[in-house]
Amino acid sequence: MPAVVKIEEIHKIYDSGDVPVHAVRGVSLEIQPGEFVALMGASGSGKSTLMNLLGCLDRPSRGNYHLDGIDVAQLDKNELADIRNKKLGFVFQGFNLLARTTALENVELPCLYGKNRLSSKMMRERAMHCLDIVGLSNRADHMPNQLSGGQQQRVAIARALVNEPQLLLADEPTGNLDSRTSIEVMGVFQKLNEQGITIVMVTHELDIARYCKRYLILRDGVVVRDEPTQDRSIAEQELTKLKEAETAAKLLATGSAAA
Amino acid sequence: MRFFITLRMALRALSRNTMRSILTALGIIIGVAAVIAMVSIGNGAKTQVQAAIASLGDNLVLVTPGNQSQGGGVRGGMGAATTLLPADADAISASFLQSQDEKDNCVGAISPFVAARGQVLANGLNWSTTVYGVSSDFPNIRSWRVAEGVFFDDPEVVSAAKVAVVGKTIVDNLFPDADAASVIGQSIRIYGQGGGGFGGASGGASGTGGGTPFRIIGVMASKGYNANQDQDDVIFIPYTSHMKRITRRTFISQIYVQAKTEDLIPKVKSDVTDLLTQRHNGTIDFTVQDQADITAARTASTDAMTYLLGAIAGVSLVVGGIGIMNIMLVSVTERTREIGIRMALGAHGSDVLTQFLIEAIALSSLGGLVGVALGIGGSIMLGNYKNWPVEPSTAAMVIAVGFSAAVGVFFGYYPARKAAQLDPIEALRYE
Repeated sequence: MPAVVKIEEIHKIYDSGDVPVHAVRGVSLEIQPGEFVALMGASGSGKSTLMNLLGCLDRPSRGNYHLDGIDVAQLDKNELADIRNKKLGFVFQGFNLLARTTALENVELPCLYGKNRLSSKMMRERAMHCLDIVGLSNRADHMPNQLSGGQQQRVAIARALVNEPQLLLADEPTGNLDSRTSIEVMGVFQKLNEQGITIVMVTHELDIARYCKRYLILRDGVVVRDEPTQDRSIAEQELTKLKEAETAAKLLATGSAAA
Repeated sequence: MRFFITLRMALRALSRNTMRSILTALGIIIGVAAVIAMVSIGNGAKTQVQAAIASLGDNLVLVTPGNQSQGGGVRGGMGAATTLLPADADAISASFLQSQDEKDNCVGAISPFVAARGQVLANGLNWSTTVYGVSSDFPNIRSWRVAEGVFFDDPEVVSAAKVAVVGKTIVDNLFPDADAASVIGQSIRIYGQGGGGFGGASGGASGTGGGTPFRIIGVMASKGYNANQDQDDVIFIPYTSHMKRITRRTFISQIYVQAKTEDLIPKVKSDVTDLLTQRHNGTIDFTVQDQADITAARTASTDAMTYLLGAIAGVSLVVGGIGIMNIMLVSVTERTREIGIRMALGAHGSDVLTQFLIEAIALSSLGGLVGVALGIGGSIMLGNYKNWPVEPSTAAMVIAVGFSAAVGVFFGYYPARKAAQLDPIEALRYE
C-alpha cells in the first residue's frame, strides 16, 4: 500500500511583503494509511502553512508532494479543488458550518461539488450515514445555532467524511471546545482511526496530541521531532475517569454538606 | 453543480434578507411597473383611436380644409378653415364618380360632411346631441343600415328638405314610450348651438319662436358604443339643409370619398389632390388623407410617448442594476467565509461564480415579474377608475422580464467574479 502523504524537501516562501517569508524550510514526511498524526508547534512555526499545503489549499514553492500517489504540486486550481473534494476531509477550529443551513445539508455540501453526480436521495443517504457515524442522526434537521459546540464539530466531521476521503485533516479541532467536549471529539477521531481512516491533526495542546499515535513538532519551518506517542490517551477511559472524578466531587460536596 | 440546487440556494439566500432583497429589487420593480402600466394605457388609447378611424368606413379618403402638412403655427379645430365648398364635392363627384370615361371612375361614393352640436325638441322633451349633415351616400360609406323607414335621397339633398334620420338613442330619449317604427313621420325641432339665433328665417317662418322642424323619415340601426362613445346619439340631415337651416355656413368641414377598391386609394388621393389644387387656383389649402395617414398622425404622439417611456425604463433598469451590484458586492463580502468553506470543500471558481450570478439574476428577474404584475394591476385599476381602455402588451411583459434578467447578468457578473477569484485560505481566515 503506498503512503497517503509523501512530501520531499518541501518549501513555502511568501514574497507578497517587502521581505520574503520562508514559512516552511524543507520538510520531508511520509504518512502511511491508518496513521493518526499530531502536528504541533508554537504559532509561527509553519504548522498552518504545512497544513494548507497538505490540504491542497496552497502549492509549495519548492519540493514534491504526492497525495495518494498523485503529484499534486503540478495541478491547477480546479484540479486541486477536485482533489480536495475527493481525497481530503477538512475539520476546522471554528467548525465552519454554513449558518441557517441544516446539519444534513451541511454534510451534503461536498457532494454538490463532486465530479460524479449523485441523486438527491443518494446524497441524503450518505449524509445521514455520516451523521450516524458521529452519533447525530437525530439532529439532522437542526440548524448549527441550535447545536452545542461539540455537536457542531461532530457535524463538521461528518461533512469531512461524506466523500470517503483518503485523509482527514483537522486544524485545531478542539480549539473552541471545553475539555470534556474535546475528549468526546477526540473519541470520535479515535473511533474513525480504528476503522482505518488516516488523520492528521494540528494542535498546540499537548494533552490533545496524546490521543494521536504519532506526533511531529515543528519549529521555524522544520520538523524537529517525529516520534510515536508514549503513554497514549484513550478517550473512552479519560471520559470514564472524568465521570468518576465528577461523581466523587459531588459525593464529597453532599457529604460535607451533611456533616 | 446542478442548476436547481443552485437556484434553490440562491432563493434561500435572498429570503434570508427579505427586506434587503425587496429594497434592492425596488428600483427594477418600479421601473418595470411604470413602463408596463403606461404601455397598457397607451395601447388601449391607440386601439381606441384605430377603432374610431376604422369605423369611418372602408377604403375611405378624407378631404379636410387647411393644409395639415404645413408645420408649426396655430391650427384651428376641425371646420375652422373655410376653404372647402360643396362645389368641390360636386366636382369630385362629376370627375371621378359620374365621368363619361369609365376608367376615371375610381370613386365609389362621396359625401360632404358638416357637424354641429344641437338641441332637439320633440314630444315635450329635449335632448342635446350632434347633428350631422351628409349626402345620401353616407350610409353606404359607413356601412350603416337604416333599421326603420328610409335614408334621404338625392332630390331631398338638392332641395335642402327638412327631413331627418335619427339614431336609436334619440328615439329612446325623445320618444321613450314609442318603438322605432312609430316615430317615422313625427316632427322634431332642431336648434343649432347658441339657441334660437340659428333658427334663422325658416325657424321664424314656422312661427314657433326658433328652431327648425324636421320630419323623421328613418331610424338608423343601433351601433352601440365604440370606445366609450355612444354611436347612436346622432341625427343625420341633408348637408344642404344643415348649412342652410342650422349653421348658415357656406363651407363644409370634410368630404368623405370612398375609393372603389383598396388598390385605388392612392389613385383617388392623387386625383382628388390634383383636381382640388386646380380648382383652388394652385393653392393647396386642403389635406387629403386615407385612414392609414390619419392613424399614423393620431398615433404619432403615442409612439413618441412609447420611446420616452422606453428611455425612462432604461434609466430605471440601469439604476436598479447598480443597486443590485452594490448589494451583491456587500453580500460577497459578508459571505467571504462561506465562499472559503465551499472552495475548501471542492467548489471551483466557476461554481461560486454561477451561484452569485444566479442570485443576482433571480433578484432582478423576480423584481421584473413583480413589476409586471404591479404594472398590469395598476393600469387596470386606473383604467377602471378613469374609464380608460387598457390593453396589456405581452411583448412588453416579455421584454421587461428579459431585460430585468439581462440587468442581473450584467450587474451581477462583477461581484460574482470577485467571489470566484477569492483565495480559499484568505477567505477561510476572514472574520
